[in-house]
Amino acid sequence: MMSDFSNTTQQNEDQVNGSEKPTSPNSGLRLDFSSFWEYSDAPESKDHVEIRDRYEHFIGGTFTEPVKGRYMKSYNPADEEVIAEFAEGTSGDVDSAVKAARKAFGKWSKIQPKERGKYIYRLARMIQERSREFAVIESIDGGKPIRESRDVDVPLAAAHFFYYAGWADKLEYAFPGRKAEPLGVCGQIIPWNFPLLMLAWKIAPALATGNTVVLKPAETTPLTALKFAELCRDAGLPDGVVNIVTGAGQTGSSIVSHPDIDKIAFTGSTAVGKIIQKLLAGTTKKYTLELGGKGPNIIFEDAPLDQAVEGVVNAIFFNQGHVCCAGSRLLVQESVADKFIQKLRDRMETLIVGDPLDKNTDIGAINSKEQYERILKYLEIGRQEGATIYQGNNSLPEKGYFCKPTIFTNVSQSNRIVKEEIFGPVLTIQTFRTPDEAIEKANNTPYGLAGGVWTDKGAKIFKTGAEVRTGVLWSNTYNKFDPASPFGGFKESGLGREGGLHGLYPYVNLKQT
Amino acid sequence: MSDRIEVLKTYKTYIGGKFPRSESARTYKVKDSKDNIIANACRCTRKDVRDSLTAARSAFPGWRNRSAYNRGQILYRTAEMLEGRKDQFVKELTNTGFNEKNAGRETETAIDRLIYYAGWTDKYQQVFGTVNPVASAHFNFSNPEPTGIVGIVAPESSPLAGLVSMIAPVIAGGNSCVVLASQANPLPAISFGEVLHASDVPGGVVNILSGYSDEMLPHLSSHMDLNAIWNTISNKKTRKQIDENGALNIKRVLHTVNHIWLDDENHNPYYILEFQEIKTTWHPVGN
Repeated sequence: MMSDFSNTTQQNEDQVNGSEKPTSPNSGLRLDFSSFWEYSDAPESKDHVEIRDRYEHFIGGTFTEPVKGRYMKSYNPADEEVIAEFAEGTSGDVDSAVKAARKAFGKWSKIQPKERGKYIYRLARMIQERSREFAVIESIDGGKPIRESRDVDVPLAAAHFFYYAGWADKLEYAFPGRKAEPLGVCGQIIPWNFPLLMLAWKIAPALATGNTVVLKPAETTPLTALKFAELCRDAGLPDGVVNIVTGAGQTGSSIVSHPDIDKIAFTGSTAVGKIIQKLLAGTTKKYTLELGGKGPNIIFEDAPLDQAVEGVVNAIFFNQGHVCCAGSRLLVQESVADKFIQKLRDRMETLIVGDPLDKNTDIGAINSKEQYERILKYLEIGRQEGATIYQGNNSLPEKGYFCKPTIFTNVSQSNRIVKEEIFGPVLTIQTFRTPDEAIEKANNTPYGLAGGVWTDKGAKIFKTGAEVRTGVLWSNTYNKFDPASPFGGFKESGLGREGGLHGLYPYVNLKQT
Repeated sequence: MSDRIEVLKTYKTYIGGKFPRSESARTYKVKDSKDNIIANACRCTRKDVRDSLTAARSAFPGWRNRSAYNRGQILYRTAEMLEGRKDQFVKELTNTGFNEKNAGRETETAIDRLIYYAGWTDKYQQVFGTVNPVASAHFNFSNPEPTGIVGIVAPESSPLAGLVSMIAPVIAGGNSCVVLASQANPLPAISFGEVLHASDVPGGVVNILSGYSDEMLPHLSSHMDLNAIWNTISNKKTRKQIDENGALNIKRVLHTVNHIWLDDENHNPYYILEFQEIKTTWHPVGN
């Protein structure tokens, strides 16, 4: 029986080399979820969630109407309906927020560090207590599957506050031979892909080190930040320590240019990062930038292929591919390429694209109309560049912004779809013959945020891992995050690290002891 | 003895382990404190800056992949070579206005800085690296890795100790560099290139150019293959220009202006860390 089975496998592998036949030993019997099995709807309830019709800025501990009285709308990308209105921040609003943060800085930086830590622990606990509410809002506002917001975004956000709360009274152990002093007022601008988690990455280390903050969430996903503002109030956090100003690019620009801000922390695209770095030229403001990426994900022939398929799915389809560290460039060794691509196609057929609030959903809604159109534009560019597009037979909802998981083969290094960050569920696949060629291709990009290496050989992992010039390297895994683990890019993917001990550096001045 | 005519040295540049003249063949006069001409230094150009970048990029992978121990040995060797040629450097410094005592301090500080950073090459990773206790079943560690090529704008006031205080932490950390020497007093920098050359520092790891900083700096700071720039010019307009050019490709920019380079605070491992990238590696733990 055993030998029969392996013979069949061998035969199949022979056939598959160079052809498009499925790789499963029982060739016709691969799982086809769309036609054989139906999943029942499993929607997460939203009746316990409170969303007001309109949100103001959170400045100096109170919700404050915008100076110019203008409001913007936040849409649910899964049904294109308005969820709530929020204030459009102008320079006047930013100025009041900075003044409130400056006023709060005096006391906040001088209270006993252990007491400061306790406030941050409170925030961590309150996020945990209200985690389901945060998860649902995150999915409604941003389109991400509830399974991800529930199991990844919100628990990690809470864990981040928990981790940095503990640092507040231990900073003298973090920097050998140096005394850490807070910087002052930090202006923080975050993206729409992980709204609450990015808020946690920014606010937790800033507060732990004794700074106060003015934070601007993205204009398509402001709601969890505004709910977090309510938590700050509920936690009794001193007024002005955390200020949330909402709005779009102009509001962000007012924060960057404000003369009384000591530090800018930005997460977003490399293009905007460059504008910010240029705006800060000639000032003494410190800055950290977490920017774009075009992550190489290298599959060697000796990798456990089925695990690697799961890893690739997680690398590029997690959060609809709206992930700066996404493994958007697959580099697969030539000898296993056909087999691997077929396995990946099979797996793509089983992905459920649809209602973000459904617990079975794998791929939710594209975050906004703008981003949806951008992804469609890149699909068209890919076709025009002569690449071969493949999409699964996944069914899509009739309303909302949804995109099928997509792979492009027959691409070359000079193609725009290989060079540019698409920020969607779109994977390009290239092949390589030798490890050196893989490394060469992996590094042939101005980006350097994250990458993956899949092989069963430990020595090869360390060799390849050391040669791939990225700030994060996932070996035999992908898209894992933890508050204790530093994150950030080489080259044009940014500067500075967030998370872990290294995530404290951007928020302190180090003085000689 | 007195009849003998002294052999004068032609000061050139140090690029890719060789000592070429500027491709432009232009020079400028370096004078002593009594306004006598003591050298015709190379007045380097944009092309020289680019050639240096190319050399630095080619040298980078090899230097980065040397063992930390080996980098330490080479830096130590550099100190030995400089110690042996102390008189030469003291003379070059006194020729250009340093008194005997300050020239001695300048040279000795440079030697001691090299020893100091030679010792750090296999230790900063242990001080600044971490093993991270993540909540999932993964082994996770963070290591400092060199950022790449660093542009160094060396201080005018301290043409040897300042220069070495900048080069040493940059290369101790495995980077390669392109150095703009002190404009008024480039001779010790060019001679230091000879010391590096005699110490098994691979060609291209350190490249040293002389000339007018306002001619070279815009091309250095805007170069898209430069990863970081460390500047000592205090002029606000120049600093702003460096910052703006830095934004072209997200360079790491560090300004250290108005420093007393002989002070002990100028040697510390945080200068190594300035030009390191923290790299975090994850691997699953399981069967």
